[in-house]
Amino acid sequence: MSESKKEVDVHSGVETTGHVWDGIKELNTPLPRWWLYIFYITIVWAIGYMIAMPAIPALPGLGTHNTTGVLGMSDRHTVEQKVAELHAERAAESTKLLDASLEDIETDLNLQQFAMAMGESAFGDNCATCHGAGGRGAKGYPTLADDVWLWDGTLEGIEQTIRHGIRSADDADTRFSAMPAFGRDGLLTSDQIDDLVQYVLSISGHEADAAAAARGGVTFQAQCSSCHGVDGHGTRALGAPNLTDADWLYVTEDEWRNGTAPDEIRGVITNARNSHMPAWNGRLDDATIKALAVYVHSLGGGE
Amino acid sequence: MEAHAWIFFTLTVAALAVLVLWAGSLKGRDPFDQTVYDDTIVKVGVGVSMFWGIVGFLVGLIVALQLAFPNIFYFDQIGWLNFGRIRPLHTSAVIFAFGGNVLISTSFYVVQRTNRARLAGGLWPWFVFLGYNMFIVLAATGYLMGVTQSKEYAEPEWYIDLWLTIVWVAYLLVFLGTIWKRKESHIYVANWFYLSFIVTIAMLHIVNNLTIPVSLTGSKSYQLFGGVQDALTQWWYGHNAVGFFLTTGFLAIMYYFIPKRVNRPVYSYRLSIVHFWSLIFIYIWAGPHHLHYTALPQWAQTLGMTFSVMLWMPSWGGMINGVMTLSGAWDRLRTDPVVRMMVVALAFYGMSTFEGPLMSVRTVNSLSHYTEWGIAHVHSGSMGWVGFISFGALYCSTQWLWKRKSLYSLALVEWHFWLATLGILFYIVAMYFAGILEGLMWRAYNEYGFLEYSFIETVEAKHVSYVIRAVGGGMFLTGALIMAYNLIRTALGHGEAAEGEVTSSAPAALQPAE
Repeated sequence: MSESKKEVDVHSGVETTGHVWDGIKELNTPLPRWWLYIFYITIVWAIGYMIAMPAIPALPGLGTHNTTGVLGMSDRHTVEQKVAELHAERAAESTKLLDASLEDIETDLNLQQFAMAMGESAFGDNCATCHGAGGRGAKGYPTLADDVWLWDGTLEGIEQTIRHGIRSADDADTRFSAMPAFGRDGLLTSDQIDDLVQYVLSISGHEADAAAAARGGVTFQAQCSSCHGVDGHGTRALGAPNLTDADWLYVTEDEWRNGTAPDEIRGVITNARNSHMPAWNGRLDDATIKALAVYVHSLGGGE
Repeated sequence: MEAHAWIFFTLTVAALAVLVLWAGSLKGRDPFDQTVYDDTIVKVGVGVSMFWGIVGFLVGLIVALQLAFPNIFYFDQIGWLNFGRIRPLHTSAVIFAFGGNVLISTSFYVVQRTNRARLAGGLWPWFVFLGYNMFIVLAATGYLMGVTQSKEYAEPEWYIDLWLTIVWVAYLLVFLGTIWKRKESHIYVANWFYLSFIVTIAMLHIVNNLTIPVSLTGSKSYQLFGGVQDALTQWWYGHNAVGFFLTTGFLAIMYYFIPKRVNRPVYSYRLSIVHFWSLIFIYIWAGPHHLHYTALPQWAQTLGMTFSVMLWMPSWGGMINGVMTLSGAWDRLRTDPVVRMMVVALAFYGMSTFEGPLMSVRTVNSLSHYTEWGIAHVHSGSMGWVGFISFGALYCSTQWLWKRKSLYSLALVEWHFWLATLGILFYIVAMYFAGILEGLMWRAYNEYGFLEYSFIETVEAKHVSYVIRAVGGGMFLTGALIMAYNLIRTALGHGEAAEGEVTSSAPAALQPAE
């Protein structure tokens, strides 16, 4: 393209560059001043920031360490400092909490509030995943906000459960029991299990086939009573649930309403459930575990 | 990988069969007549772009609904529909399938016209176009089957990456070859931008996908880099995929379609030079801002942050040049919704390229990082900027390729414009709110120095925002469906498109020299 193709755009009064591509021309407008100055300012600011903060890496000829900047800021240092500050802030109450008995905590208002704050925070991020927010529970995950306890509802008992878990494979002191899979392992026939379901329904106050329940009662005494008790009230030491109350670990309210509860009970007898809870010893520090025990104890009906 | 081998084999056989049929139908006609532009490939590309766009937006809507209503849109028996598989399907479908096809087809359109030369390489442009779409199919089916190397926006495994490398080198050669035979003395600015996109994506793709396959017959591979070096490489790639795929590529579209549509000269040639070189020089260093307050050494975070801030004005140069090109034709904003769409695209571009440097400042980032703020940011950029400039280009090129005086219905473009604009606003306002809300909740401490909220409470707090976001996404998708209908009717020559229709259906001849 020759220089002679340059023309002045009528609208803007600016000269074009003289090139045309598929009908597209270009004006030779100078750079907008404000644009250029802001660009310069950002460059100056960037250089200033690089002087102030860690910026230039260790390179051959530039030393063995990156530049630390004239402000001497270091993320690593800041984090260590803040963590230490937080620990220091919590130290007195945490130490006090470790040695405190239930009575101590209940009488020391400040200690109680500290423990509850710590426990609630830890519960939300570690326990609520299974036990639900506020310990409301879910199918297979016990409700912690009521006064029904499978193993132990005392402060010490709850702490024991949190520390060592339930049927936790990596902890020798874990709470342990195992219900047999009566159907899958052929310990009972299908008919016997049907009868057992009717019996369990009858002792928990639900409608049941009387004849079948009577037959199931005989089986219950032979096979189930050693753990669940002769009257079906369960045995805490074995984590065997009370079968006569309205609290069900593996049957939801919905399943009672829509009539599938007997199938669920049948499933438990046939295959057994034996659910797990991890041991938190070593994952959470002692003060946090104690605070969690205090928090859970307070939720519904700690003993 | 076996399934992929079969897909690859089947599609290759189908392509070869079409090739044989096509060659048989030539009857001595020169298929590569150098006096006309190759527009067939662009026409197919426009249709394919539209198709992938709708797929991508639809999958995005499903993902949004899964987040808003996890109990309803969770399919425990259909593993491949799970969030973890279709979320990368959404991002890749909109970026690489929709965006990539828009870039390839518009670049083929623009490079021919601004250089007055037919696409170079005979059938090679078709290899590029079909090969790229083969890559899309392999990548997408791979995600659903669980084939992924778990690097964001670089999920496809090693053998798919190798295939894309071959395709991309062919793309570069076709593009360069066309510029090589140009009949213009100078290379138009849009072509610089396309070229920076093609060259840099090749570099990014190869370096970020340096992996060692476990076996030649298995899909699994391991990254060459480990730990923080892998993370830095990944975000060097990820950030520059935004820079050189979603920014320079679509600025190339802007530099052709806006001046062409409004018939005004580009505002400033000097600005285009300065902002082009400053943009590509600075962009490439900004990646570390994705890794603030991580194991990445602080000096590298400084680098990422300072270069991001310096990137502000170079980014805005494109917006100024685009918007100011309208001076002397401002009335077109009122009369032509396609122009309005492209200008709103520039407004979103300006907004997100200001927001980007802002979010890269470490103290801002400590609040915004990992929150929905990031989602709002990328969607104002992707739906607003990339989406709208692409829609503008698709409207223009459909009208021009099929030689229509007008689109089938400008009223439908208005509908598309308003549905999509409001959809984006619903989307981003909801996500800004959710992002700042959860960011503040995450850092809230109670009086004893413990976290005030558990993580699940911060998730629950976003529910309403998630619902609004899904509504916005649904509006955006509806707009795209209206557009597809409009484009099809335009191509068929219905409605307003029929009036004063150009009778000749012959391919566009190369323009005579000026």
